Amino acid sequence: MKRAIPIFVVLAGLLVAIAAANPFFLEPAGFLAFLKRVAPLAILAAGQYFVIVSGEFDLSVGSLVTVEVVVAARLIDGDEAMTWPVLVLLVVIGLLVGLVNGLVTTKLRVPSFITTLGAMLILSGAVFLWTGGAPRGALSQGFRVFGREGVWAVAILVLVVVAAVLLMRADFGRTLVAAGDNEKAARLSGVRVDRVRVFAFVLSGLSAAVAGILLGGFAGVSAQVGQSLEFQAITAVVLGGVVLGGGRGHVVAAIAGAFTLEALFTLLNLHGISGALEYAVQGVIIIAAVAVGGLRLPSLRLSPSKV
Amino acid sequence: MRRLLVAVAALALAAAGCASDLPPTGASAQPSAVPATSAAASEAASAGTGAQSDFFVQADYDAQLAMRTQTAEGPADKPWEQAIAPQMVDTAKYKKDGPYHLCFSNAAVNNPWRQVGWTTMQEEVALHKEIKEFTALDAEGKDDKQISDIADLQAKGCDALIISPNTTATLTPAVSGACPEVPVIVFDRGVETDCPVTFIKPIGGYAFGADGAEFLIEKVPAGGKILALRILPGVDVLETRWSAAKVAFDKSQLQVVGVEFTDGDAAKTKSIVSDYIARHGKIDGVWMDAGATAVAAIEAFEDAGAPVPAFVGEDQQDFLQKWKDGNLTAVAPTYPTYQWRTPIIAALKILKGEEVPKMWNLPQPKITQDSLGTYLQPNMPLLHYALCGCESMPGFPAKWGGK
Repeated sequence: MKRAIPIFVVLAGLLVAIAAANPFFLEPAGFLAFLKRVAPLAILAAGQYFVIVSGEFDLSVGSLVTVEVVVAARLIDGDEAMTWPVLVLLVVIGLLVGLVNGLVTTKLRVPSFITTLGAMLILSGAVFLWTGGAPRGALSQGFRVFGREGVWAVAILVLVVVAAVLLMRADFGRTLVAAGDNEKAARLSGVRVDRVRVFAFVLSGLSAAVAGILLGGFAGVSAQVGQSLEFQAITAVVLGGVVLGGGRGHVVAAIAGAFTLEALFTLLNLHGISGALEYAVQGVIIIAAVAVGGLRLPSLRLSPSKV
Repeated sequence: MRRLLVAVAALALAAAGCASDLPPTGASAQPSAVPATSAAASEAASAGTGAQSDFFVQADYDAQLAMRTQTAEGPADKPWEQAIAPQMVDTAKYKKDGPYHLCFSNAAVNNPWRQVGWTTMQEEVALHKEIKEFTALDAEGKDDKQISDIADLQAKGCDALIISPNTTATLTPAVSGACPEVPVIVFDRGVETDCPVTFIKPIGGYAFGADGAEFLIEKVPAGGKILALRILPGVDVLETRWSAAKVAFDKSQLQVVGVEFTDGDAAKTKSIVSDYIARHGKIDGVWMDAGATAVAAIEAFEDAGAPVPAFVGEDQQDFLQKWKDGNLTAVAPTYPTYQWRTPIIAALKILKGEEVPKMWNLPQPKITQDSLGTYLQPNMPLLHYALCGCESMPGFPAKWGGK
């Protein structure tokens, strides 16, 4: 948890800066609006955390979010009665994509960077083929309530955070970190490395499904809804001090990383800087965070391998 | 990890610093005067709208604004056959006997506007028995693919070639190359050559932008706060819309509190508008250079519990529905999708040796409170564009996804 302290300091600083620029932020409605906006990225960051801490990547979540929203709109097509069946289907799609990513990575030994890059391309290609580039249909009000009503979005966010913390405290969490830290040692001490990694990918797929439901609810159908979300999620996780390559980092810090990233975007927006700069900011953060982590790593990491 | 903290803090500070250092005289791409600088408000001359776009051409602006009030020639109930101030050209040299093989190089079908247009064009083709073959290639939004598409089509024995260019400058040589081989018809976006037999387009971006801005100037009391939402900088058809609106706002008593780029993304639009509502408490009017994210912007007001101000949208059904349901003060300038019918009609005229306008300027109506009822079609999909001119076609409404 020690590694996680800086991110909370940065987050607190950003929140103070936002409040100074926009006092409305301190009112319940203003803060609720912020939480609502953070929720999808925070949930994606939690999912991405599981994968990263186990030593892998999941680049497919952005396209998966788009798939979820586009499929939902097409199948619901404004019909309230379809809301719940489609919600269930979306969760199943998320779990399935995660399962496939996990199995291909662990059983076929395809590096997860390639597996999920492939999944990202396949999913975005499928969406383009199915929609011709522009989504059809409409989401029902019953579907949109989860992303539009701040209370719902925050309730789901809290649920996800609690579940993630409990998971990491359970045996699963310990074995997951062990698998990411030193795969060989974990295997020798009886951890079923493949199984925990597959489970991590499934959780990431699930997080994309939930994020898709929230994002679709927030602003409606769009074929661009998931664009670059995978990089935002990875940036958030790295910002939370989680080490790429696995084995180190706390899930709460990863989620705090998502809050920090979104707070930074909000602050930039409040000061009239938006658009392309967001990407540049993300790029600087991801490099800086890893570089700073790397500067300290040798003393921590090299010694065990020298033994 | 302290270094990370320092790095991020420095970054945030640097970024915040940019806000006040940005010169308002930057390139057209600059999001211009920022709400954070109170100086913008006092500069009555610029009215918070920033520098004029590099794409602004005064003569085109004047011509388009004048065309709005000119009466179009042609059948009154078929605006896609009408032309404003046409300069006819002789096409006798292209005359040949049917049946015909028409070809179409399409820039893309990657947004609902182009989907509606593309469906409409296919249905127009189906109306004419003398077209024995219609070959269309989709460039998927890529200049290089469209260049090779145009070359491929020339080898297919087309009697006429219709081109909807992906970008203006890059596609110009490809269009110039096709002109000597086959009669070429260009529509939607233009090219920098007059070799096509005819160039078909609605009046244009200046008229679109001015229609929206003038509505806000009329409806919003002096001193009112306007938020302008643009998709992205640097695209001529969008730059002209904003630059005409800027001219209008600069002459008005309205205060443009922000000019923001949304990337055409609904979630981003909603977030930006929410931030402005939070920051300014009240926004009195929203101008948009395209209406696809208008509903997301309206929802930002609804979710904030704020009254929806005067709004500029477009002729998409979701916006028209919202307009009616919320009894909004709104206007919808249009870039009519019925222009996709015209190239087919033009191609047949050319092949029959009938004269066509060199510049085929189609009427570009705006939807007002009075005409809202005519264009709102609850049986059509939410993303359908009302001005398709397709209601009397045999495949309507099913082909367009309607019920």
